[in-house]
Amino acid sequence: MSGAFGERRFEVARLRVPEWLLEVRGLGKSYGPHDDAVIASTGPQAGTAKSPLNGSVVAAWDVSFAVAAGEALGIVGESGSGKTTVLRCLAGDTAPTAGQANIRLPDGIVSLFEVAPAERRRLRIDTVSVVYQDPAEGLKLNVTAGGNIAEPLTAAGWRNFGKIRSRAEELLARTEVPLNRMDDLVRSFSGGMKQRVQIAKALANSPSVVLFDEPTTGLDASVAAGVLDLIRSLLEEHRIAAVVVSHDFSVIEMLTQRCLVMQHGRVVESALTDQLLEDPHHPYTQRLVAAARA
Amino acid sequence: MTLDGLIDERPRTELLDEYAKREIRRAMLSAVAIPGYQVPFGSREMPVARGWGSGGLQVTLATVHREDVVKVIDQGDDDGVNAVNLRRLVTSSTGARETSVAAEATVVQSRHRVPEDGLDENTVLVLQVPVPEPLRGVERDMRELARMHAEADYSRMWVSLYEDKVRNGVITQSTGYPCLVDGRYVAATTPIPRWDIPRLHDAPFLTLFGAGREKRIYAIPPYTDVEPLTFEDVPFEVEDADGACCALCGSRESFLVSLPGAPTWLCSDTDWCRRRREPSA
Repeated sequence: MSGAFGERRFEVARLRVPEWLLEVRGLGKSYGPHDDAVIASTGPQAGTAKSPLNGSVVAAWDVSFAVAAGEALGIVGESGSGKTTVLRCLAGDTAPTAGQANIRLPDGIVSLFEVAPAERRRLRIDTVSVVYQDPAEGLKLNVTAGGNIAEPLTAAGWRNFGKIRSRAEELLARTEVPLNRMDDLVRSFSGGMKQRVQIAKALANSPSVVLFDEPTTGLDASVAAGVLDLIRSLLEEHRIAAVVVSHDFSVIEMLTQRCLVMQHGRVVESALTDQLLEDPHHPYTQRLVAAARA
Repeated sequence: MTLDGLIDERPRTELLDEYAKREIRRAMLSAVAIPGYQVPFGSREMPVARGWGSGGLQVTLATVHREDVVKVIDQGDDDGVNAVNLRRLVTSSTGARETSVAAEATVVQSRHRVPEDGLDENTVLVLQVPVPEPLRGVERDMRELARMHAEADYSRMWVSLYEDKVRNGVITQSTGYPCLVDGRYVAATTPIPRWDIPRLHDAPFLTLFGAGREKRIYAIPPYTDVEPLTFEDVPFEVEDADGACCALCGSRESFLVSLPGAPTWLCSDTDWCRRRREPSA
């Protein structure tokens, strides 16, 4: 973390975290060779994520946070600030360069970046879910809504057709997808409904951690509001640890209790979300908040 | 003795040379050792086109010995053009005898069917396989396919069964029904109908699958579990022609095929049907 912005408040915020489900320490991702000088040549002070020394792109560096059950943490920043890189590292879509991420399971703590790829994928089935900005990434478009939900269920060992059907119905009802669309191909759905199906799929095996990557960015304003309402009530209902990545402060404000602000691959400020909106310290955060309030 | 000393340099009539046989046999041994696992092999050019049984033919040629008795069927029919030609190729190349009676045969090469009777511990069943990859319908990326098999990650196969049931009310997949072999690998039982699948389970005979175009060999060793993938509450069903019986032998307990354009059914296994009608033969 650079500078003194928000560090004091971050400590205050940490006291409110009883027991984390997801803990990230010193996460970093560099495209290209990196050493201390290369890292130091990037970031908010340098005004770039691309090192002038060797051209390496330090997409994210030294990102640390912890999220408890029933809590949502936001990561906000403009495009290219590294927030999605952080999420993709946690999701297992990208290999991180540095750092650790731990998940607390009922029977112990698992280090996400150290387990074997097969174990990693198993965690993706029932422990860590991702809701992508683009439904095509999280869903099979040429499969029905019910079939998409059947995938994580069968992966978790469900072999009873009737039970799979009723679980899918339950999830689709919860995410407000009309049940008469359950057996239609997801390709035929509107953007908002695809996103609801993606959320239903992500919740199929009651994961303890859900990562949202710009969940409403592709949607128009009224549809986005509905999806946000849904996510918020789901987060309240289930004791999920959520990470919400967005460039949009209104999304972060609605869903999260705490948030990190990222710029040029670094966390520049972190605080309780309402404090951050009332009283942003870092000039970059001030600009973001001003943009959101405009 | 050196390796060269083992090689017979005399001119020969066989289609496969000793190197080819050795390679195919090694692949077959690997396949038997890992039931259901698709073993790559260097598929040779055969005097039949890819897709016309070149894989099954290579497996048969690498299996058959001069003292073997060979039965070749196409759609259960010993007298189909393809069956006749393949049988002629095998017997002329290896000196093996031919038969149409499954119980007499030591090697049965087939497309589409498992003979109705006569397969025992002394029989090797060779199936000609067009598409050896059961997951091809749900994934095209070869690396991803390899990963799915390696991790026994068959959830997408289940999704395709789910989709089939949802769209059609029943599981419609008929030939090539996916089966879990020995509790580990999902294998395509292509191209035999669902009717024949229960007969592969715990069968006394060895089944070898050869896919010439796709360059894969896999196997179901004798007395191996073969479990068709099916939901707990959706029982696996074989084809049912609802009261139909063979117009020639009157059979209701064999796999029947309908004559095009007529409401007439016949046994698919022609030799079995013939023996029922001529008990003395």
